[in-house]
Amino acid sequence: MANVTLRSVRKTYPGGFEAIKGVDVDVGDGQFCVLVGPSGCGKSTLLRMVAGLETITGGEIDIGGRVVNQVEPADRDIAMVFQNYALYPHMSVYNNMAYGLRNRGMAEAEIKTRVEEAARVLELSPMLERKPRQLSGGQRQRVAMGRAIVRQPKVFLFDEPLSNLDAKLRIAMRVEIRKLQRRLNTTSIYVTHDQLEAMTLADILVVMNGGQVEQIGNPLEIYQKPATTFVASFIGAPPMNLMPLRADELKSQITGADGAGIVGIRPEDFVISSETGSGGVALGLTVEAIEHVGAETFVYGSRQREEQGVAANPGELPPGEVIVRVPGVSGPAIGERIRAVAPRDKLHLYTADGRKRVGE
Amino acid sequence: MVEEEGFQRYLAHVILWIGIAIVAFPVYLALVASTQDNAVIANGQMSLLPGGHFLQTYYQTLFVGTSGSTREPVLHMMLNSLIMALLIAVGKIAISIISAYAIVYFRFPFRMAIFWIIFITLMLPVEVRIYPTYKIVADLHLLDSYAGLSLPLIASATATLLFRQFFMTVPDELLEASRIDGAGPFRFFWDTLLPLSRTNMAALFVILFILGWNQYLWPLLITTRDDMQTIQVGIRKMITTTDALTEWPIVMATALLAMLPPVFVVVVMQKLFVRGLVETEK
Repeated sequence: MANVTLRSVRKTYPGGFEAIKGVDVDVGDGQFCVLVGPSGCGKSTLLRMVAGLETITGGEIDIGGRVVNQVEPADRDIAMVFQNYALYPHMSVYNNMAYGLRNRGMAEAEIKTRVEEAARVLELSPMLERKPRQLSGGQRQRVAMGRAIVRQPKVFLFDEPLSNLDAKLRIAMRVEIRKLQRRLNTTSIYVTHDQLEAMTLADILVVMNGGQVEQIGNPLEIYQKPATTFVASFIGAPPMNLMPLRADELKSQITGADGAGIVGIRPEDFVISSETGSGGVALGLTVEAIEHVGAETFVYGSRQREEQGVAANPGELPPGEVIVRVPGVSGPAIGERIRAVAPRDKLHLYTADGRKRVGE
Repeated sequence: MVEEEGFQRYLAHVILWIGIAIVAFPVYLALVASTQDNAVIANGQMSLLPGGHFLQTYYQTLFVGTSGSTREPVLHMMLNSLIMALLIAVGKIAISIISAYAIVYFRFPFRMAIFWIIFITLMLPVEVRIYPTYKIVADLHLLDSYAGLSLPLIASATATLLFRQFFMTVPDELLEASRIDGAGPFRFFWDTLLPLSRTNMAALFVILFILGWNQYLWPLLITTRDDMQTIQVGIRKMITTTDALTEWPIVMATALLAMLPPVFVVVVMQKLFVRGLVETEK
C-alpha cells in the first residue's frame, strides 16, 4: 500500500537527448494510473524509471514515502509485467512465480501457499508444471501477472502488457486486470498507447507527448475537456475534428470565439440537420466515405470550398475533412451533400498554437 | 525434397554407397590388419578377411603396449588424451562463457577494446605462438603435466564469440525481470543464462572435445615422459622404429581405439549438438 509521487522527474541520455522533461505525477494509494501517449513520448521510459531499470537524471521518485532514486529495483517493493512477459523459458510456471520469492529467502511452504493462491485466482492451477512455451499467449500473460501478484508488492507496474494479445483476448484481460487490481487494491501504473485501454482502466489518466505531461486527470474529465489539441486528437476514436479558425465564415458563426484559433468538435457531437448553428457550428459537407461499425456509422465528409477558408498549414489534419458520427446504420450516401450541426456548448476552442483552451 | 524416379534414384544410391565405401574401406582395413599376425602383414600377404589375433592384439595394445618404440599401454595414453580433451573442452567453455557474460552484460572501461583483443586472438592459433607459449609453459614448470597440456589451449576467441552472439539474442527483459525478482549478476548468470545456454554448451563441447582429442603438435612438444604421452603422439611413435619391425597390428588397433571416444561423444550428444547449432531456444 503506497503512494507514488514523481517530482519534476527528468531523464537525459548521455547523447544529450531529453526523454523526460520534468514530470510531476501523484498516484494515490490503491489508484490505477495509466500513462498514455504515442510511441516515443517517454511513457515507457518513465515507467522504467519508477521500476529502477533506468537511472533518474533529475527530480525525485517517491514510493510509499521513501525516495527511491538510488534504490535497486529489487528493493523498491514493486513488481513489473513486461510487454513480452519476460518469463524464464527454462522454468516451469510454478518456478517462474516462485523465483522472486526464493531470492528473498521466503520459506518454501509460504511460497507454495502464495503461488497456489495466485494460480487459483488466475486459473493457472492445472498448468503449474508446464513450461512457458507450452502455454498460449493469454496464459503466458497470466503467468506474468501471477509473478507480479505473488510478491504482494506496494506497486504494480505494467508495460503495455496486452499489446501482444489478439483483440478479443485483450478486452477480456483488460477487464481481468481491472478486477484484480480493485480486489488487491494495489497502487498500479500502467503504460499503453491504446487510448481505449487508457480510458477504461484509469483512475488517473496521464497523457504524455514528447517527454512532457499534456494533461492529468480523471479519464472522463480529460475526454470532456481536453486541455490541448494534442489531447483532444489523441483521446477518443475516431479523433476529434480540429479546424483552424481564421477570419472566415466558420469563426463568425461561433459566439465568443475571440482569441480562439482552433475549434474542435467530437464526431458524436454533430447532428445532421438543416437548422443553422445558432452560435454553434453548421458545416456543409460532401460525403466522401462511410464506415458502418454496426451500432454507429462514421461519415467522412469534406467541407465545401467556401467554408474551407484559407488553405490549412502543413501538419494539420487533412484540410476540410470532417468526421461525423451517426447512430445506427442509417445515414447519407456517398456523394450526398449534408449539413452537420454542433451546438455551442459542444465546441472546444483553443488558442492558435493548440496549447490552451479559451472561451470558458 | 524431390522424389527421383527409377534409374535416377538407384544412381543416387550407388553414388552414396561408393562414397561410403571410400570412407569406410581404410577403417575396415585397419580393423582387419589389427587382427592379423604382424609377420603376415610385413610380408605383404595380408588377407582382406579378419585374422585370428583379435583378442591377443587388443589385449597387448590396451594393457602392454609395443615392445619397441613406446612401451606405454594404449589404455594409459587414452586416459591422458581423455583428461586433456576434457580439460580443454570444459575449460574453454567455462572461460569463454564467463568472458562473454562480462562483455555483453557489464559496462566497464575499454569493454570494446577488450572484445577486439579477444577477437584478434582468433588469428593466432597454437601453431603460430608455439615458441612463446612453450617458453611460458616451461618457465612455469608445466612440462609433462596435464596443466601444461591443456592450459595454453583453453583461452578461446571462437567460443567467446559464439556465446556473445547467443547472449545478445536473449531478451533484455529477462535480465530486467531478474533484477526485479532480486537476482544479482551471479544469480542471473547461474539461474537463467546457464540453463538457456545448455544446447550451445553441448554443441561446443562436441567440437572442442574432438579438437582437444586430436591435438598432436602441442602434446608432442611438451611431453617427453612416456606416461604423459597422448594417443595421437603415441601412434606416431609406434610407427617410427629404427631397428625393429613396426608392429602394425598394434598400430592399427591404436588408431581404431583413438577413433572411439570422438565417435562416442558425437553419437551421445548428437541430438543436443544439432539443436545447439540450429535452434535458439527463447
